[in-house]
Amino acid sequence: MSAPLIQMRGITKSFGAVKANDSVDLSVAPGEILGLLGENGAGKTTLMNVLFGAYAPDAGEILIEGRPAAIHNSADALAAGIGMVHQHFHLAPRLTVLENLLIGIPGKFGRIDRAGGLARLNEIGRQHGLNLDPDLPVSALSVGEQQRLEIIKALFRGARLLILDEPTAVLAPTEVDGLFAALRSMAAQGLGIIFISHKLNEVRALTHRCVVLRHGKVAGRVDHPAETTSAQMAKLMCGHEIMPPIKEVSTPGAPVLTLDGVSTSGHGGTPLREVSLFVRAGEILGIAGVSGNGQRALADVISGMLSPSAGSMTIAGKAVAQFSPRELQALGLGRIPEDRMTTGLVTNLPLADSMVLPRIGTEAFSRKGLLDPAAIRAFAEAQIKAYDIRCPGPMTRAGALSGGNLQKALLARELAFDPKVLIVSQPTRGLDIGAARFIHEKFLAMRAKGCGIIVIGEDLEELLMLCDRIAVMYEGRVAGTLSSADATVARLGLLMTGAEGRA
Amino acid sequence: MFRLEARTSTPAWFNLALPLVAIAVALVLCSGLIAVAGAGVIEAYGVMLSASLGDSYAITETLVRAAPMIFTGLAVAIAFRAKFWNIGAEGQLLAGAVASCLVGAIPMPGYLAMLLMAVVGAAAGALIALVPATLRVKFKVDDVVSSLLLNSVIYYALMALIEGPWKDTFSGYPISPPIEDSANFPVLIEGTRLHIGVVVALIAAPVCWFLIARTTLGFRIRVTGENPEAARYGGINVERVLLSTALLSGALAGLAGVGEVGGVHFQVMSDISPGYGYSGIVVAMLARLNPLGVVPAAIFLAAVMTGAEAMSRATGVPAFLSEVIQGTALLAMLVALLFTAYRIRRVGAPA
Ligand SMILES: Nc1ncnc2c1ncn2[C@@H]1O[C@H](COP(=O)(O)OP(=O)(O)O)[C@@H](O)[C@H]1O
Ligand SMILES: [Mg+2]
Repeated sequence: MSAPLIQMRGITKSFGAVKANDSVDLSVAPGEILGLLGENGAGKTTLMNVLFGAYAPDAGEILIEGRPAAIHNSADALAAGIGMVHQHFHLAPRLTVLENLLIGIPGKFGRIDRAGGLARLNEIGRQHGLNLDPDLPVSALSVGEQQRLEIIKALFRGARLLILDEPTAVLAPTEVDGLFAALRSMAAQGLGIIFISHKLNEVRALTHRCVVLRHGKVAGRVDHPAETTSAQMAKLMCGHEIMPPIKEVSTPGAPVLTLDGVSTSGHGGTPLREVSLFVRAGEILGIAGVSGNGQRALADVISGMLSPSAGSMTIAGKAVAQFSPRELQALGLGRIPEDRMTTGLVTNLPLADSMVLPRIGTEAFSRKGLLDPAAIRAFAEAQIKAYDIRCPGPMTRAGALSGGNLQKALLARELAFDPKVLIVSQPTRGLDIGAARFIHEKFLAMRAKGCGIIVIGEDLEELLMLCDRIAVMYEGRVAGTLSSADATVARLGLLMTGAEGRA
Repeated sequence: MFRLEARTSTPAWFNLALPLVAIAVALVLCSGLIAVAGAGVIEAYGVMLSASLGDSYAITETLVRAAPMIFTGLAVAIAFRAKFWNIGAEGQLLAGAVASCLVGAIPMPGYLAMLLMAVVGAAAGALIALVPATLRVKFKVDDVVSSLLLNSVIYYALMALIEGPWKDTFSGYPISPPIEDSANFPVLIEGTRLHIGVVVALIAAPVCWFLIARTTLGFRIRVTGENPEAARYGGINVERVLLSTALLSGALAGLAGVGEVGGVHFQVMSDISPGYGYSGIVVAMLARLNPLGVVPAAIFLAAVMTGAEAMSRATGVPAFLSEVIQGTALLAMLVALLFTAYRIRRVGAPA
């Protein structure tokens, strides 16, 4: 391949005692898609922030087309042709697509060059299949569309190297295909791309070459990802083999949660239409489906955030009279939300506060309106130990923890109360293999103890591995339910598109 | 070249150091104004210090001034903890003053009158604060704007009252009739104005701290303020927490008015509060929304206020300087708060 577009040499960056990057070398050639792999906390984001000028490295240099480059901030990076799509987007929600593109781009006589902007937008859309309505406000865009806008924004500013930090973590499987097609088309035009992901099958399908980071160091390089197995790459990432969890045979008991003809209304997203399902003690029920087919409403009803407009629900044989988190918790429900950061935790407060939040009013943590700080602290400390949550202590700001540790904390706060039913959405989204495996093992252990678990997910492989039965949602209904013996990716796929349900 | 970099944690001593730095910066900046006014900076600040804290009488005067700002500071601190943006402490104070004055004018045993004045004044403040909170919870009306605008409504309503039906017929001035003598708050030290309300204010601060730090309501207030979505998911009735916070905050601001009527003025006039409600915002910010910090912050502002008057008499620098110092201290504090989230880092030579 041609001379490197970007070279990073001996990059070292520490945060206090943590060496986030330790003499990392990396290069990208024009037209090359480079995969950057590593577990959570391996230093991928830090390395890319150094390249993008957000952090100054402690040591090392960056060369652009062979010449040393001084990148001190994102403006320098953009001027050098480096564009970055962050894990968290940087868009102005009230402005339109076009306005977001034109922010910071000087027009003639201080005026915005709308016509010129539109022309560029259309051109980018034609070239790479990245289309967006220029006049829609960003707040009306889906997450996938916002990501597309971030990519267009980078191209708009003339990026020759595009960095994508875990772009697929927020996408539905169908959206991933669209993203990959666009990235391939950009690479074909000579753009360099750095693609960060945990998902090995994606990396194998998309990238030309991979760099694997572990604890801030380069743990290995993979020259032919397509011909390397996921197991080999996983071993590079973790430093040891990852075994699939063992699912013991179990005989399910009586139903611990039932929905009977549940419908919803007045809720953003797809409403439920006469959904009936059940999960038994010692059983894991998967809920599959293309996102936006009512999974959100289902999770909200079961976790007590939304009252159904019709139908009924029982937990452990008792009819639910009032749909509120506290009511359902009291009946024995455990809940883990889809969005850890915004719904699960209070990032600015101590971790301990988030860990006791749903049960703060119960005897466990307070008496007659007075908190029991010793009990709260003891609980948090015990869970941190039991779940090996990596953090300095219970008083650490929750927001300082990595995704995997946050998920462990959320799991701990529910499982400590031995729920009879557990509802979780996207339990391992954004987690690395090691953390995901830990979560899976906990689910299986709960199943062995007789807990009924509902897993709402988009990752079919994960559902097939974990679940005893899988129900597929389509347009707010249960299109069909398959036992693990009958379920295959192909059959689930058919149900997900509504093809089989209608017969 | 320097740049800001996000911090992962904030050292504990920052809580103490930041307000001190902000105050020092404000005093240094304002020394320029003193110099422009033609006075010696050291001399002017010297007069301020001795007039506000120089002898025991000065100290009692400063404490009497600090009391209403402790209450409004607590009112704002608690409201802001829940992210209920109560800018209306001024109006709530006035409402508390009017209500307590009405009650205090009814003949009854003194201790009963004082108790009723406190209860009714707090209730009046609470009711006023409930208005912006309800508008926000029910109709998503911006609470900054509504609570601020309500201040003017209440101020002019008060003016209309004391210019009209409630005018003191005896004196003929636009002031309300006085409360009963028996309802005047007892003075603690003979020959000073140090009244019982000051002690209540000093006790209110630790009580509020306990409420925020050690009760389930305080927990819910903190969580709701930091992340209402997680609070709701965690089973907290966010709307109810906001309304409770408003009631609490308004009641505290109302008590500021009660103290001014019962302990200082014994009646209501148009300038019963020289902006104590707004000063409460400065106090709360300097205290970093910690109820315990409210006491020293309020005493500082009170000292600046009493000191500025004496300085003005001695040096001819206008007493408005006290408001400039307040405003500058607030701005300096807001800038200083940036450094709890960011640090300054030197990066390589400029490109
Ligand atoms: N701003 C920061 N301050 C302190 N530590 C940080 C900061 N950013 C990242 N780290 C730490 O550096 C390490 C690498 O993090 P990161 O680059 O985000 O990893 P990745 O993106 O591979 O998950 C982690 O241990 C993380 O806790
Ligand atoms: Mg990352």
